[in-house]
Amino acid sequence: MAQKTHVTTTVNGDGYEFLCEPGQTLVDALRNELQLTGTKEGCSTGDCGACSVILDGDLVCSCLTLAVESDGKSVETIEGMADGETLHPLQRHFLELNGLQCGICTPGILIAARALLQRNPDPTETEIRYWLAGNLCRCTGYDKVVRSVQAAAEEMRRD
Amino acid sequence: MEELSYAAPASLADAVAMLADAGSGGRVLAGGTDVLVLLHGEAIAPKLLVDVKRISEMQSISCSDGAYTVGAATAGMRIMDHEGFGAAWPGVVEGVALIGSIQVKGRASMGGNLCNASPAADSVPPLIAAGARANIAGPQGRRSVPVEDIVTGPGKTSLGTGEIVVSFGFPRRPPRSGDCYLRLTPRTEMDIAVVGAAVDLTLDDAGVCSAARVALGAVAPTPLLVSEAADALVGTMVDDAALDRMAAAVRAACNPIDDKRGTIAYRTKTSGVIARRAARTALERARNS
Repeated sequence: MAQKTHVTTTVNGDGYEFLCEPGQTLVDALRNELQLTGTKEGCSTGDCGACSVILDGDLVCSCLTLAVESDGKSVETIEGMADGETLHPLQRHFLELNGLQCGICTPGILIAARALLQRNPDPTETEIRYWLAGNLCRCTGYDKVVRSVQAAAEEMRRD
Repeated sequence: MEELSYAAPASLADAVAMLADAGSGGRVLAGGTDVLVLLHGEAIAPKLLVDVKRISEMQSISCSDGAYTVGAATAGMRIMDHEGFGAAWPGVVEGVALIGSIQVKGRASMGGNLCNASPAADSVPPLIAAGARANIAGPQGRRSVPVEDIVTGPGKTSLGTGEIVVSFGFPRRPPRSGDCYLRLTPRTEMDIAVVGAAVDLTLDDAGVCSAARVALGAVAPTPLLVSEAADALVGTMVDDAALDRMAAAVRAACNPIDDKRGTIAYRTKTSGVIARRAARTALERARNS
């Protein structure tokens, strides 16, 4: 049995403590130690973006981050995106415009898209496509994803 | 199998001591975008990962009298967001910007890109063209070497046990100088270079090229500094004839692999094309600087 490391971290504003093994990834700890299963694991090699989270303000793949690295840091996941029962505009527009089909890539895309709109409230289609190049979706063909992000961005600029 | 352990020292001296102590079982963890893939794919089995991201010197970008120093573990997105550095070294930032997705660049660093020692590493040719030096700390103290002296083969470096690339030191930008990095890939994003070329050049006040450095990626077991290609530009107006001679020298330096992403003939031919385009952009930047 490997020696476990004690990690204290903040996820979506709430304090958490957990034990993990040194090689354990952050996505594994989120899902299996903290039962926050909204973050999905796809490729495990940083290619698909399904596991995207925000770590101390930076958009990262949680499969390429060790759980121990989150010690003392702040993590934002899909579970923190809606405000109670009120969906984030990105979530609502993805539903309205069918920006998802099977849904496995959706939490990662939503986290990545929110990070984009925080930096750039009015991205062009090209900017959206390049920003989301690290988020693979095998269902939608991306057009509905891009349109959902555009619609959410427009609404968020109005508000 | 020996148990893996993890340490995140705040001091460089501690990191060097830990790595020296761990010997061949020690591995530096910077952004982790290569190391963690290797670890979880069981391609490596280190007994100690030394996370260097708490060492402030490895995470900072500073400028003294026009000369930049960039911490080797500084994440790509930090480098891309640094306006002053991007204005001085747009070609280096172009290389960094091509390393994987936004998520990957949220973690991946130039030090990791260099020490992973892939022949196709996108930030390495522009670092070499820039004349950047790798500042190294190790059990015997500090040393500094040109970036082109680090990679010795695919996955292999000249670093000794316990040595860490701490930062990259850039020369002061002379007036009328510019750089550019371009790569060729089948896709526009999320791909690995089939050919990469970086050119840095300086013009005198009459517009004659007074200094040049040309570096290539993905066309040999290591990134290459091609002095014959640079020599073809120096003393010229960087006109078509000079660019032709430079491209010929670039092609002659190629020693690529043949694989599904590019044959030897294709990589060799396109290296000249990509280097030529990079030189034109570097020239434009030098004229406008």
